[in-house]
Amino acid sequence: MSKDIIAALKENVIQGRKTKDDVGIDDSLADKPGVVELTQQALDDKVAPQEIITEGLTAGMEVVGEKFSNKEYFIPDMLASAEAVGAAMDILKPALESAKVETKGKFAIATVKGDIHDIGKNIVAILLKGAGYEVHDLGIDVPEDTVVDFVKNEKPQYLGLSALLTTTMTEMGVVIKALDESKVRGNVKVLIGGAAVSDEFAREIGADAYCADAFAAVKVLDSYQQAKS
Amino acid sequence: MAREGIHVERPYERLNKDQVELIHQASMEILQDPGLISFNEEAVNIFHSHGAEVESLGGDHRSWHVKLPEQLMTSALKSVPKTVTLGARNPDNSLVMNGDQPKVYLITGSETNIWLDVEFPEYVHKSDSSKKIRVPEFKPRRGMVEDLCQSARVCEHLEMVDGFIRNVNIQDRDITPENKDVNKFFASLNNNTKHFMSGLTSLDQLDNVVRMAELIAGGKKQLADNPIISFITCLVKSPLQFVDDTTSTFIEICRRGLPVAVSSSPQAGTTAPIKEAGIMAQINAEVLAGIALGQLVKPGVPLLYGSVPVRARMDTLSDSYGAVETSQYNIDCVQMARFYGIPNYSTSGVCDSKIPGQQSSIERLFSDIVVAMSGPQYLHCAFGLLECNSVFSLLQAVLDDAHFKMIKHFLKQPRVDQTEIESVLKQIRSVVDTPQKLYISHIRPVLRSGEISGLYPFEGSGETDQVFELAFDRMEELLAKPVQHIDEETTARIFAEVPGILPRLNVYERGS
Ligand code: B12
Repeated sequence: MSKDIIAALKENVIQGRKTKDDVGIDDSLADKPGVVELTQQALDDKVAPQEIITEGLTAGMEVVGEKFSNKEYFIPDMLASAEAVGAAMDILKPALESAKVETKGKFAIATVKGDIHDIGKNIVAILLKGAGYEVHDLGIDVPEDTVVDFVKNEKPQYLGLSALLTTTMTEMGVVIKALDESKVRGNVKVLIGGAAVSDEFAREIGADAYCADAFAAVKVLDSYQQAKS
Repeated sequence: MAREGIHVERPYERLNKDQVELIHQASMEILQDPGLISFNEEAVNIFHSHGAEVESLGGDHRSWHVKLPEQLMTSALKSVPKTVTLGARNPDNSLVMNGDQPKVYLITGSETNIWLDVEFPEYVHKSDSSKKIRVPEFKPRRGMVEDLCQSARVCEHLEMVDGFIRNVNIQDRDITPENKDVNKFFASLNNNTKHFMSGLTSLDQLDNVVRMAELIAGGKKQLADNPIISFITCLVKSPLQFVDDTTSTFIEICRRGLPVAVSSSPQAGTTAPIKEAGIMAQINAEVLAGIALGQLVKPGVPLLYGSVPVRARMDTLSDSYGAVETSQYNIDCVQMARFYGIPNYSTSGVCDSKIPGQQSSIERLFSDIVVAMSGPQYLHCAFGLLECNSVFSLLQAVLDDAHFKMIKHFLKQPRVDQTEIESVLKQIRSVVDTPQKLYISHIRPVLRSGEISGLYPFEGSGETDQVFELAFDRMEELLAKPVQHIDEETTARIFAEVPGILPRLNVYERGS
């Protein structure tokens, strides 16, 4: 029985169906429960959260990744799957906490002060959440104090900064300096991204990594996971 | 079942109603004064017996002055069919055209002398051998019957090609004026299951060609119901002259009831006035005179209003298909044909450029878009043609197919109705309510439905332009794809009954 739920979960992740109302790639799952309903059902059936994640969600995401590399899937497909997994993670959060399962970590993301561009930032947030990270979106036009306070109080392991303007990219350096001054720079890995910035700029301001797109963000964070283990 | 074509709901028109009427009247006047000069006696007799004023002219060649009264024209044009069906070896590839309905079929053509081979040599940077580029090298040579077979094969697989006009002039050593027609018809029909149109080199070969078509279609009646072949005749030599031999050919084809495109190709500046009103009044008169003759020969014979107007180049006085006026004239002709309700054979995509490249792309896309927007039924859109129709490049044909896919998508009608509005309002309200405010999840239901257009198919990776390389790969892929040849039994009958076909074209006897 639990095997069936897990298999259905994986299939729904591949189809990018968050709830029973969503269309997938095709009509084959129409009106059947989606990832949200199946996750809840799995929990009710006492399936271990760990198993739900690895055998259902992550296994499905791997297939999605392959299909995307093969150009069979497009970004909207990828995001639909990631959003479905993100929603499942929200449902699993209390169970994971009470089972003391270690998650992949907390990721805070913000568009820096003076900048209101957020499409790219939102995509990064959706994809990272779908990859199993706990994502906190601090919004747009975020001043350095807000970022520093969040890092101090909420202790995320990762911080993402987005800037699309040459006039606001310098804000990223300001944030990093403020983290330094507040003696929390060492607690958090800083990733930066956006049209204006580059690898070189990341080195210049002392960020840990530059990410050209959201996939790079997943890769970089996952590489930190491996370094951890 | 007919091919879908491109429906153009609201065709682009240049002329207003009064202007159309003025051109029509001017054409009628031209046909009376100065009238036509016919070098073909039979046409003169036919016109004369229907009330035309005829006067013999002196000179080396026998010719006649023919004045066509408006009443003769009006009554002759009454029997022109408004709907013309062009059949095909595969009946699903039939073309059904209605003169009042702007639905566009895209057709290849014309008869090019030069075939352009392409290779991709690699060049290495002199001072940095890690830098390499591949640049296409085009090599012109005479077209052969095997090239025509290849072209027919590729055009069979090009999605946007609705019909095939032979596009390679076959110049093998063993091709003679006597066997040329049967070979070009057989090479094309055997490698392509779409409608086939061609000019005729020799009137003597007409019955051989028709016999071949009957054998393929399954009999005389079957060919009449499913005319898998049609003809194009340029009986007019501008200004206003009926050529002797082509006119005879035209009359004979009409007698057999097969579809014909009656075409005229005046050149503004040399063989027609440089002014738009002038070339329009003249070409309209020329085409209508041809159509009237066909109807007098056999009332109801299916004819296309064939217009190939072009402007002269000012540096050489040769044709300039790349000139923007050429597209204007063509669009005007589409409108005139629609005024009479006769399906129109129009022209676009012909370019002045000699090789595939930026000039050829710009020239052809420009006219392809605007002329397609005007809604001709049968658009000779020069797949693969270069240098004013004298060169054929398969690579260019593959590119053209991709570009026409874009044009077809562009010409789709907007979907704005009550249900659609309700559904988008719902979408907007729900998205604005979410924290991320992105519509991305609503893309998916239409992502694979064909509702949104694709990426440019020859987009390179990285910083380099790889259009030609990628189109070349596609061309090779299409060349390797098999086509459905005429079956073995029919092939044997054709070879037995139709003289002159080169034995090497028999795919069933090649190996032995
Ligand atoms: C859409 C857009 C807007 C929209 C923003 C809507 C929105 N909700 O975000 C609107 C119209 C509001 C806008 C406004 C302006 N814009 Co604007 N905008 C753009 C545009 C066209 C696309 C940006 C975009 O969304 N791309 C799509 C997403 C998916 O890509 P992305 O943002 O790059 O994100 C990806 C990666 O970069 C990376 N990434 C991004 N951030 C992060 C963060 C992390 C942590 C990680 C890991 C990865 C990562 O991953 C993402 C997903 O793959 C760009 C052009 C460009 N080339 O980028 C101009 C552009 C950025 N804008 C520009 C300008 C000038 C402005 C305005 C100042 C215009 C004006 N005069 O008012 C204002 C800015 C106001 C302000 N204070 O911010 C200029 C900036 C030039 C410069 N000086 O640097 C650009 C480059 C256009 C141009 N060439 O002129 N803009």
